[in-house]
Amino acid sequence: MNLADIQKIAEQEVDFERAYKYRINVCCSSGCVPLGAFKVLKAFEEAVKEFGVEKECKVAKTGCVGTCSVGPAVVIEPGDYLYQNVTPEKVREVVRDHIVLGLPVKGMLYGNPAFFKKQHRLVLRNAGKIDPTRIQDYIAMGGYSAIVKCLATMTPQGVIYEVATSKLRGRGGAGFPTGQKWGLVARAHGKPKYIVANLDEGDPGVFANRTLAEADPHAILEGMLIAAYAIGAEKGYLYIRSEYPLAIQTLQRAIAQAKSLSLLGDNVLETGFKFDVELRFGAGAFVAGEETAILASVEGCRAMPRPRPPYPANSGLWGKPTLIQNVETLANIPIIIQNGGAWFSKIGTPRCTGTKCFSLTGKTNNPGLIEVPMGITLREVVFDIGGGVPEGRKFKAVLVGGPSGGCLPDALLDLPIDYDSLTRVGAIMGSGGIVVLDDHSCMVDTAKFFTEFCVDESCGRCTPCRAGLARIKEVFAGITEGNARMEDITTLEKASVYIRDASLCGLGQTAPNPVLTTLRYFRDEYVEHIRDKTCRAGKCFKKEEKGVEQ
Amino acid sequence: MTTTTVTLKIDGLEVTVPEGTMILKAAKDNGIIIPTLCNLEGLSPYGGCRLCLVEISGSPKLFPACITPVSSGMEVTTKSERLTEYRRMAVQMLLAERTHICSVCVANDHCELQSLANQLGVDHVLFERKWTNLEIDSSHDFLVIDRNRCILCTRCIRVCDEIEGVHTLDLKLRGKDSQVIMDLDEHWGSSCSCTSCRKCAKVCPVGAIYIEGEPVSHTKHKDIAEFITERRQRKWKR
Repeated sequence: MNLADIQKIAEQEVDFERAYKYRINVCCSSGCVPLGAFKVLKAFEEAVKEFGVEKECKVAKTGCVGTCSVGPAVVIEPGDYLYQNVTPEKVREVVRDHIVLGLPVKGMLYGNPAFFKKQHRLVLRNAGKIDPTRIQDYIAMGGYSAIVKCLATMTPQGVIYEVATSKLRGRGGAGFPTGQKWGLVARAHGKPKYIVANLDEGDPGVFANRTLAEADPHAILEGMLIAAYAIGAEKGYLYIRSEYPLAIQTLQRAIAQAKSLSLLGDNVLETGFKFDVELRFGAGAFVAGEETAILASVEGCRAMPRPRPPYPANSGLWGKPTLIQNVETLANIPIIIQNGGAWFSKIGTPRCTGTKCFSLTGKTNNPGLIEVPMGITLREVVFDIGGGVPEGRKFKAVLVGGPSGGCLPDALLDLPIDYDSLTRVGAIMGSGGIVVLDDHSCMVDTAKFFTEFCVDESCGRCTPCRAGLARIKEVFAGITEGNARMEDITTLEKASVYIRDASLCGLGQTAPNPVLTTLRYFRDEYVEHIRDKTCRAGKCFKKEEKGVEQ
Repeated sequence: MTTTTVTLKIDGLEVTVPEGTMILKAAKDNGIIIPTLCNLEGLSPYGGCRLCLVEISGSPKLFPACITPVSSGMEVTTKSERLTEYRRMAVQMLLAERTHICSVCVANDHCELQSLANQLGVDHVLFERKWTNLEIDSSHDFLVIDRNRCILCTRCIRVCDEIEGVHTLDLKLRGKDSQVIMDLDEHWGSSCSCTSCRKCAKVCPVGAIYIEGEPVSHTKHKDIAEFITERRQRKWKR
């Protein structure tokens, strides 16, 4: 295989696709599979045969389109007709009316076009459109043309310059400029250099990276290839949590396919460039997603963060220069190379370019996976894309950034979503979780829940995070059981600020965010809990049997 | 051989130290003591206790002095109202975390946590104290570990691994449940790798690991790590 062969595969595949009039994409990612997506897929294969239209219709199993609440979802192209809640029984009707008669089944179509209207799909460009188990599908969509372009026409410095021009910032949460990071690793002394792709998405209710890996694994691999070319790495590790079996399977297959087309290996596309990817599996620690803890875990040690400096760019895996990137960042790279950094920098806001994937969950009408341009307001996400709060309940708060994010009240709904604005109000971009809370949610209880999560996930290395969060959890227990005094609010505040300032890694530094933001925006609820012993949402003060303490 | 030196200011005092020195050491060599619990000269830095946090002008962040190397022109503040408040907070959190009762502790009067609490004026604990009931292992001939007194500084683990070289001790579980274990969580008495060298008891800052029947005032000897390391580097000639 050489550079020109990729182009040939793409042309062949496009011709092959053109022979079909319709393409039926059945979502077979983790959201739809438990709802019977494989049965639906089989039913479609049988139905097209039954109606004798198998020459016109291609039935494909694809990744997620984002509407996880109405699965199994099926998209029929051309026209992008999205069918919701498809069952094997309904499949015959869809094939008969839509394919044979040409009349889409109105009653089964997805009813919230607004869900897609404000989205901008860059990272998820292929999600739901290609079969993730076929590398040809990805190549036909222009995949691997970016690495071909890099190898044929660009120098490593040119690639870094292009990425720097795009002003892309790391999607793992901290938002460090990607081009700058690549430059640091490229200039660092020491060989070999490594790449670690971070797919350890441990936040409760967040599934953006999983969906990406299940829907478009080759985009991640291509991003890693380009990064490797730019910084001069020969080995990459893709760190994925063991809790994502389907994503692991998809990635394993993708790596094997890429190797067979000599896109990975000792002589990539006969250019002499060498790069290989190995999967590493996480053992279920939230903290393993932290940049230095992931290094320890890849090396086979306990996933414990270590202090920085030295930064991984200079001393990472086995003391060698290492580039750590979230997979979403890496999936952005091929389109930046294809279209140019200047094109990319026009999307989003001037300081935060591009798009961001969010897992929209909680009390929302349209939960699912969304990708929006940076700078979109929270209101647009919650009310336009999310369709507001169900059952006519009142919106109360939105939690942005997972368990270490911040609870923001309705007064902040017009806040644009970007790294800096979110940090200013006490939230973080984090892994991209947006949880909508309605007036059935108690803010004290919410903060308590996320504190408990962080107590369980603290690695135990530094005092503030290990001992401090556990103390905060006890103060919360007092407040929600009715044994608290007003001074406890001050205690909470003092301890939270201390934990934020003094902790060793990002987990500890951001863990008090839910506490600090609820104290900032919903302090009256704390006062009610302590003074009046009432919870306006009716969540607290329930007499439960106490669990046995360890 | 000449070593490059760096000049910086610590608490207004201008000091010159070799490049690569950590702030903690640079301060100590110039008579400024920064409190610490997990750091021990001769062992790799851990950065866990967060007591040695210092301020560096120009940054809103706090830096652990034990693992932050000096750089030229740096202005370090080791004592401020905020730092004292934070150090007291750390000590209170440690005291509340497990069963620390000085009056019945073998290390009473020879405990680094206790003396730090005294120095910092911690007379009450802000938090509700947790009375843990973790396993006490006295199966070894003379070494005893009371995990309820452990502050998880990992000095014992590091001295066992880096100085004695056997790595008998390590951690199990995570977060607040972390515990020091022997080998694959065996009883100390049946550990086949332990050489009974006592170094763990010598460096323990509190009364978690001690030698049965001997007064802690005699058995604590925290300079051992530095002594052996320097000896191995042949810093002193016979």
